[in-house]
Amino acid sequence: MTDTSPLSAGTAAMTGPRGAKPKTRLSRRNIFLYGTLLLISVYYLLPLYVMVVTSLKGMPEIRMGNIFSPPVEVTFQPWVKAWSEACTGINCDGLSRGFGNSVRILIPSVALSITIASINGYALANWRFKGSEVFFTILIIGAFIPYQTMLYPIVILLREIGLMGSVWGLVLVHTVFGMPILTLLFRNYFTSMPEELFKAARVDGAGFWGIYFRIMLPMSLPIFVVAMILQVTGIWNDFLFGVIYTKPATYPMTVQLNNIVNSVQGVKEYNVNMAATLLTSLVPLVIYFVSGKLFVRGIAAGAVKG
Amino acid sequence: MNVPKLSVQIRDLELHFGEVKVLQGLNLDIGEGEFLVLLGSSGCGKSTLLNCIAGLLDITDGQIFIKGENVTWKEPSERGIGMVFQSYALYPQMTVEGNLSFGLKNARVARDEIKRRVARAAAVLQIEPLLKRKPGALSGGQRQRVAIGRALVRDVDVFLFDEPLSNLDAKLRADLRVELKRLHQQLKNTMIYVTHDQVEAMTLADRIAIMKGGKIMQLGTPDEIYNRPQNRYVADFIGSPSMNFLEGNLENSEFSAGALKLPMKDYPFLNGGASNGETTIGIRPEHVITGELVGRATVQASVRVNLVEPMGSDTLVHADLGGDQIKIRMDGHSKVRSGDDLAIGIDSRRASLFDKKTEMRL
Repeated sequence: MTDTSPLSAGTAAMTGPRGAKPKTRLSRRNIFLYGTLLLISVYYLLPLYVMVVTSLKGMPEIRMGNIFSPPVEVTFQPWVKAWSEACTGINCDGLSRGFGNSVRILIPSVALSITIASINGYALANWRFKGSEVFFTILIIGAFIPYQTMLYPIVILLREIGLMGSVWGLVLVHTVFGMPILTLLFRNYFTSMPEELFKAARVDGAGFWGIYFRIMLPMSLPIFVVAMILQVTGIWNDFLFGVIYTKPATYPMTVQLNNIVNSVQGVKEYNVNMAATLLTSLVPLVIYFVSGKLFVRGIAAGAVKG
Repeated sequence: MNVPKLSVQIRDLELHFGEVKVLQGLNLDIGEGEFLVLLGSSGCGKSTLLNCIAGLLDITDGQIFIKGENVTWKEPSERGIGMVFQSYALYPQMTVEGNLSFGLKNARVARDEIKRRVARAAAVLQIEPLLKRKPGALSGGQRQRVAIGRALVRDVDVFLFDEPLSNLDAKLRADLRVELKRLHQQLKNTMIYVTHDQVEAMTLADRIAIMKGGKIMQLGTPDEIYNRPQNRYVADFIGSPSMNFLEGNLENSEFSAGALKLPMKDYPFLNGGASNGETTIGIRPEHVITGELVGRATVQASVRVNLVEPMGSDTLVHADLGGDQIKIRMDGHSKVRSGDDLAIGIDSRRASLFDKKTEMRL
């Protein structure tokens, strides 16, 4: 718009605006939009801020009462205490024990449930057998039954097979309860894949496992990432199954966190509680940050269809 | 049929999905080296039939033979067929070479042999420079060539094509069509080709099977299908623009519709001319005679032009013939305008007569 000199054969129509329309950055719409976004993010981040600053303060500073003020004297003692010294019952080795238990529950549960569910979903999507629809319906109904009705029967079941109180009992429970939603997820994903690809592989002589491993798996990274996020956060954050089906020595991190935070003896150590809570939520947070990137890349890779 | 040996035989094929009979009592013999096109509008069962031949669908009843061997219960990979799909269906994570050799690896073919066959297929289809690329980096035409190559390396007798050119743009489709015909002349395999494009069918086929509602309406050479359609459906389906139909009466070998009287003495009646009664006559737009040749036609008439569609090479004229709308194909230079009166002639030998009730050819 800098060129205002009249054109040689200039007419009114030719001297008007030309080229890309200029954008105003500070329009009323933008101010409103970004203002709202800023406000909402502050509102959501405030509790996290309070937790972080409180976990870095000593108890005397906390007793002064201003929860929003940054720590005068930064101390990591509450974090150390939460990780390795806090007492739950007779164990005084902090959250580290719960962390170990949670990892030992998480890895086999996630691996097992995703493996089985992906094969289930693949079979239901591509190898329709007699009664497969009925089977699928039953599985989906499973996703809608409230957990509470199944709590006690599972206690009996685990007791009968001798897994009550052990990490493996909880692994079994998580695997079974993950099945409906994960199978649905995988089935829908595999159904959305071009059917002709499956047919071509059959003409090429690939069998059930050949098609699964060589054709389907390489194309389904995105859905595996989605399933992993679902399972890791779900199992890590689980409290109910953990508190019922394990014993103090095998409590997952969430149960231990509850026991630390809710202990009624002595002084409430807010800084230790905040540190413990942050420590416990670290794993899902890391998963979100890491797999977020993977997720996007996975979708991009899957976009190249045959 | 003048083809000596049979390649694919289909006997009393039935396929039901629950209550729906998709294919019923279907019989088909396909000769060795024949190019058979299954043609029909969507939902007629043509792709379903192809999937049955491939073994990708379990049939309800009947038998399928390939090269004299009963393959009814065999797996797709054991039938000696190669298949090319509409969406190409290339394995996206494998290179072109990987795509071509996947089937051979599954069949545990020796490595040298795989190399030899892939090289040969790549040479035939001129895709050697693409072997290391992945399907995502190929154009539509190249992808379809790779898909054909995947069938080629299998060294099979029967090729099945499921609308292989439908996803390509018009120009590429015409090019690949010629290439396919050349490939067939070179390889001399049996090819079964499903399409809804009648130009593809007419140009490629040795024989065309026109399907409707899970049944074959007519099986014949492109010439038979075009010039002597067995029933009204086939007559209407083949040809673009489609055939003109006039309702009338046939008596003593004379067809009459209103003022129009057509002596059918020269018409090749299937039963020697004994038919009488309510009849439909079909005349292709390109068989309506105009210009100087009108005088030599069996019957002359005058029509009032009401719409002209110039198409470059031809001009399609819509006209009124005694209350019936007819289409006339004239050459591209014609100066006819709407509102004109036009003299036309009809040659009874090139018309088709159908019984009005049974819609079968007379």
